[in-house]
Amino acid sequence: MAPEQKKQPHGPFRFRDDPRLLSALMTAPAVIYIALLVGIPFLLAVFISLSDATTGDPSLDYVGISNFRTVIGDPVFRQSLKNTFIFTFASQALVLVMSKILALALMKEFRGKWLVRFLILLPWTAPIALGTIGWLWMFDSIFSPMDWVLRYVGLLGRPGALLGVNSNLYWLGIPGLAMASVTVVHAWRMLPLATVILLAGLTAIPKDILEAAEVDGAGFRQRLFSIIIPLLLPIMSIAVLFGVVFTFTDMTVVYILTRGGPVQSTQVLASWAFFKGIEGGDLAQGAAIALFLFPVLAGVATLMLRLARRTEVN
Amino acid sequence: MAIVEVRQIVKKFGDVTAVDGVDLASRDGEFLVLLGPSGCGKTTLLRMIAGLEIPSAGHVFIEGRDVSQLPPRQRNVAMVFQSYALYPHMTVFKNIAFPLKPLKMQREDIREKVMWSASMFGIGHLLARRPRELSGGERQRVALARAMVREPSVFLLDEPLSNLDAKLRTSAREELEQLQKRIGITTLYVTHDQVEAMGLGDRIVVMNEGRVRQVGTPHEVYHRSADTFVATFLGSPPMNLLEKDGLVIGFRPENFLPVQLYGDDRDVERFRFDVTWMEDLGSDRLIYGNVEREFAHRHVVAKLSANVTFSVEPKESYTFAVPKDKLNFFDAGTGLRLEGRFALRDVHGA
Repeated sequence: MAPEQKKQPHGPFRFRDDPRLLSALMTAPAVIYIALLVGIPFLLAVFISLSDATTGDPSLDYVGISNFRTVIGDPVFRQSLKNTFIFTFASQALVLVMSKILALALMKEFRGKWLVRFLILLPWTAPIALGTIGWLWMFDSIFSPMDWVLRYVGLLGRPGALLGVNSNLYWLGIPGLAMASVTVVHAWRMLPLATVILLAGLTAIPKDILEAAEVDGAGFRQRLFSIIIPLLLPIMSIAVLFGVVFTFTDMTVVYILTRGGPVQSTQVLASWAFFKGIEGGDLAQGAAIALFLFPVLAGVATLMLRLARRTEVN
Repeated sequence: MAIVEVRQIVKKFGDVTAVDGVDLASRDGEFLVLLGPSGCGKTTLLRMIAGLEIPSAGHVFIEGRDVSQLPPRQRNVAMVFQSYALYPHMTVFKNIAFPLKPLKMQREDIREKVMWSASMFGIGHLLARRPRELSGGERQRVALARAMVREPSVFLLDEPLSNLDAKLRTSAREELEQLQKRIGITTLYVTHDQVEAMGLGDRIVVMNEGRVRQVGTPHEVYHRSADTFVATFLGSPPMNLLEKDGLVIGFRPENFLPVQLYGDDRDVERFRFDVTWMEDLGSDRLIYGNVEREFAHRHVVAKLSANVTFSVEPKESYTFAVPKDKLNFFDAGTGLRLEGRFALRDVHGA
């Protein structure tokens, strides 16, 4: 018997049977979205950085790379660049260790687990500006509750106290302490997401494998470092990738807590670009500062995606 | 001395009692099979011996030491999981070497031990590969080699053959049995497959609903089943049970044959057998039908080997017979085996 001829589709819905047309149609919204909201602003930033545009005179007159030269020569820029790296890597290291501990703890069954989960997720669900303003009060130069606790336990504000005789620590007023405060608050904010990602990764490790390791004589440390962490590596690298990119480009915490101060000691590239380009009105230099992040971010993203892929393939 | 012993062991998960007061002692070097339907508590019992579950009550002894509260790593047991649970990010070599790491051995000694264990299972050529590059049979060997490398005092196997295809399972079974005999390590083996249990076990522990129903050699549990559960769980098809006046009479389908096949000198019990249906399985014919009306549940099965050419047709009646020494008797109330001979004439009153 002759095989039946396949009916050729026709009519206005013909594209549904053409995989190439259909796939183009399905990916189009994402492509258009990225092109409009990422691609065009990115190109615009490149043009502006090569021009002499200001908020007073936004016309694009080509000036070559002179903006980049000026920016690099600026000591505040170099301070910001250094701070950005410190801010990013210190907060991500903190997040990585803390989220790992939290995720492992949340794998266990205990009373009131739902409450702990809720509290851990809270910083992420609350608007970040609100949370950071809360921290602003916590770090207040006179009324800081943390200073109050330290005074109460005798670590601060009396002769011979470990943290000094002053009645306050001035968290956001001393360069080193301000940088540490900004980093810790940012870590606090990133922690919930990283914990949830790691928790998902931990849950995905087959129970048999962990039990086999236990029967094979491995103690907690060997299980953690030889089994759990290697198996979590792909998902951990994605959590870190996300965190690094997010932190490099974020200025919320710095802007609300210190506005880059005292004396630019907590300035990061994102906040410096904002102050220079928007508040200072020098669009061209602001764009040049912002673009400085691009090669770093592209490099980090490529590296992390490769790492994730290699772990997956193996 | 018993290598593994459990005394009055109980495990409850909430309201569910998974293991309900089990006493069991293995003999040195024995291949002991825990057999039962799914949910009978056999895997939970094995996990309590491994230390992966803490008993709700009772004690576990390994080599005479009470290990009930000790973590798995202090028990010197090795376990092979149904899924094999190989470490996916490690090579075969590292998988096998993993149990040696906590022992603080020299690198050279570890290498030597891994080679010894790998060669025992014929996987020396696979050491550089990762689990995902191995076939099911190879993975199973790696899991066995990893379990064996530390020379544990007990070997615990949780349905290790159930992920293999039927053909491979038969050869793996044979290898496993020979290996265990060669090494002489006490082995506890959990399965729901009665063919595996009969083939592998020195002794079989038949479990149901968290309790041990019978412990005995394959021959004992098959031919002298302790109760009606064991009698019907073992054998394919299961034992025929006929009930009358508080007595259950049991006989195996392969002993239920046309009376002509027994010689005149054999003391047999005869039944009229109305055949309803037949199945030809190639090696055997299964013949379904009913015996005399006096019995409750009078539906029975006969299993005729392909060597028996006796012609049987559905909707015909025949005289089938069972040798009297092949009859089993059970109490209808408790299901327990009754010893001694009963005059069947009085029972079915023909």
